[in-house]
Amino acid sequence: MSLLSTHGLTAHYGQFQALFGVDITLEPGECVAIIGANGAGKTTLLRALSGILKSDAGAIRFNNEAVGDRPADEILRRGIAMVPEGRKLFPSLSVEENLLIGAHARKVPGPWSLEAIYALFPILRERRNSPGTALSGGQQQMVAIGRALMSNPAVMLCDEISLGLAPVVIRDIYNALPHIRSGGAALIIVEQDIGQALKVADRVYCMMEGRVTLSGAAGDLSREAIHNAYFGAAA
Amino acid sequence: MSDNPMPRSYRVETRTRTSMVAGLVAIALVAGLLVLPAFASRSLIQDLFFILTMLTLAQFWNLLAGYGGLVSVGQQAFVGMGAYALFAAVILWGLDPVPAILLGGLAALVLAVPFGFFAFRLQGAYFAIGTWVLAEVVRLVVAQWRAVGGGTGTSLPREATEAIMFTDQIAQLLDVRASAARDILAYWLALVLAIIAIGGIYWLLRSKRGLALAAMRDNPQAARSVGVDAQRIKWVVFLGAALGTGLTGALIYMQKARISPDAAFSLNDWTAYVIFIVVIGGIGTIEGPIIGVLIFFALQTLLAQYGAWYLIVLGLIGIGVMLLAPRGIWGSFSDRTGIQLFPIRRRLVGGLLSSKPTSREE
Amino acid sequence: MNWLDTIVQGILLGGLYALFATGLSLVFGIMRLVNLAHGDLIVLGAYLILLIVSLLGISPFLAALIALPLMFGLGFVLQKVVLNRVLGEDILPPLLVTFGISVVVQNALLQGASADTRRLPTGDIGVASVNLGAVTVGVLPVLTFASAVLVIIILNQVFYRTALGRAFRATSDDPVTASLMGIKPKTVFAQATGIAMMIVTIAALYLGMRANFDPAVGPARLVYAFEAVIIGGLGSLWGTLAGGIIIGLAQTLGAAINPEWQILSGHVAFLLVLLFKPRGLFPRAVD
Repeated sequence: MSLLSTHGLTAHYGQFQALFGVDITLEPGECVAIIGANGAGKTTLLRALSGILKSDAGAIRFNNEAVGDRPADEILRRGIAMVPEGRKLFPSLSVEENLLIGAHARKVPGPWSLEAIYALFPILRERRNSPGTALSGGQQQMVAIGRALMSNPAVMLCDEISLGLAPVVIRDIYNALPHIRSGGAALIIVEQDIGQALKVADRVYCMMEGRVTLSGAAGDLSREAIHNAYFGAAA
Repeated sequence: MSDNPMPRSYRVETRTRTSMVAGLVAIALVAGLLVLPAFASRSLIQDLFFILTMLTLAQFWNLLAGYGGLVSVGQQAFVGMGAYALFAAVILWGLDPVPAILLGGLAALVLAVPFGFFAFRLQGAYFAIGTWVLAEVVRLVVAQWRAVGGGTGTSLPREATEAIMFTDQIAQLLDVRASAARDILAYWLALVLAIIAIGGIYWLLRSKRGLALAAMRDNPQAARSVGVDAQRIKWVVFLGAALGTGLTGALIYMQKARISPDAAFSLNDWTAYVIFIVVIGGIGTIEGPIIGVLIFFALQTLLAQYGAWYLIVLGLIGIGVMLLAPRGIWGSFSDRTGIQLFPIRRRLVGGLLSSKPTSREE
Repeated sequence: MNWLDTIVQGILLGGLYALFATGLSLVFGIMRLVNLAHGDLIVLGAYLILLIVSLLGISPFLAALIALPLMFGLGFVLQKVVLNRVLGEDILPPLLVTFGISVVVQNALLQGASADTRRLPTGDIGVASVNLGAVTVGVLPVLTFASAVLVIIILNQVFYRTALGRAFRATSDDPVTASLMGIKPKTVFAQATGIAMMIVTIAALYLGMRANFDPAVGPARLVYAFEAVIIGGLGSLWGTLAGGIIIGLAQTLGAAINPEWQILSGHVAFLLVLLFKPRGLFPRAVD
């Protein structure tokens, strides 16, 4: 029984259909990467999983319960936390308050607390009282990740956490992921950077135009197969 | 060399079959309304006067808010200003009331300049309340003007009302008393004003400015990037609405022949009712206020005797419409059926697209 | 004419106007909603307090205490059932719906309570005065002003020192991301309106004790509240107090010159600020 799974998941923006029957699974403790070009539907998939986009009840199952039609606040309380695309820190809140609000609605015992986050990302302790938006892009990404961790989620969804960051910073962020996994959380990461994705993930799904075109263990997939799945066989 | 015929040039069309039929019906209707005073009772003429003037006010508020995105809760300032300018012209300078109506419109237009200057410093909902405050200021200032009655108001002098232009001719033509002739004159003026207003607004929306207005309302930044000057259009629309509202206010109070600041600047009569008419009928459409004013009149005839209950019902209906059918009665109908009697949507026709218009009935 | 006395009266009047304005400012700050029925809801609160006073024979202060949770409930339900439905990009629906609510409340009060003017019984406090050396001021105006200051202090504490306040600020910034944190924005909005209604109740208490009221006085209160908020600058509660004081001062100084100019003077002060500082005196940096 998977921890999290989708079954024929579809999604629409008004008249426009963005997902066409997507099936993915996530096992406890796993790290799964979703790769694909812009517009492939990766962010849409995460938005559906996090509850921002409503789906059919049975299209998403978590801990063996149908949760596809539940709103975002309930999904968080059940144990799925999101690091949104673009970080989306709260400008009116300080760094520390941004972290604290992550635990606002879900207080369960677990490895992550304010102290633990500061231990993971020491720079944040120094900037704890700055407004969230006064930090550099990489630091903001650390806050966004820490904020999601504060609820001690069973599943963490990471949407393009390397976007717009310098390679050195990306490396620092990705170095934190093993610590996060050892805390018990399973991860789904959406990435345009295929190299990083393959390095950290156990399994990979490749998406194109709202469909899964390839899936398999990270080590098993050939370069050519990924290329075809990413861009389409004709490319 | 090629066997394609020379492509015909493209043109932009707004006409549809439904609108052409509607156009013919409208012409017949207007002709009927014109000759109505020959057979109709005086009270019917008075009722129609009320309907036509409220319709004109509603069309201008709709232009401002529905098309221009400028929600004003202060148009009563222009009703009152137009009305008081007419009274001042008649009482202080002996002008005949009919040309004084034009003066009323002009006065409202002049007021609109500083009014807009202050109001445009605010956005959105705060713009709305700002216009309310400005209207209050105008009311308080006018109420200090002793020469036209100050806080208690005044009436048009008998000599003026008995000698209004054209009334003698009308009385003779239709064989009616002088007072009835005055009502008929007011009615005809209201009809002409309503037709000019609706025609003018329709022409504006079909013109390039109208397209710019829609673009500005939908997405100001994108509109600016293609050269639409939002500031200029806002002013054009605001001044135009003020002029129209002032003319209407002057006409209304010429017919009433009695004025006071609380009445002429009444939020209820000139803004609340107008807003309900537009909202219930369908905001952002020309057909909407027409439907709205008929419903409003029906409700008023039925319920006005019940005092406060009438307004409670009106308020609840307005809230209900905004919650359940925000496009109003006509808007919802038009959305469902695609019918437009005053079509504004532009279609590209001709050229390489086909040899005849292919767009289906809009 | 005693200028000092006039000025002090104006400042204290500002406290009342700040009470009118704080609820408006709160709701706008959190959900960008301007409630055109705000003034009429203050009047409704006054009638409610009057009802409780007549039913239970207690002082208006105690009656207001009882009215507080009732008005919170009213605001909560109003937001949940009606206003949450019209929040969004378009400014027209909330404006038109709250305008409709204003009309309904005014006329329902007219129907239920008649157009007679009322007053809350003030007892001894209404005539008591306190000597501050150079001037003598009524106890009631001082109490009003002190209440305004206390309300603002409490609100700021809640906003910046509590988890609830954090949730309010986050929801105000970004409701969608706030829901990703497990916050229900619609409930936060309802709580905010509920709290605003509690402030409205306090404002109603002092309004009713200070002057006569009838169902039609609501819109004027809305206008003063709105002017105070604009002068102060959107997003600043202390700014709203400053705005209220400026309106109060302008009105009392105007009235001292000519009683007919009282209200007009307030409007003129508002227009002057609008002319030179359209964003207000203490605008929020982020908006």
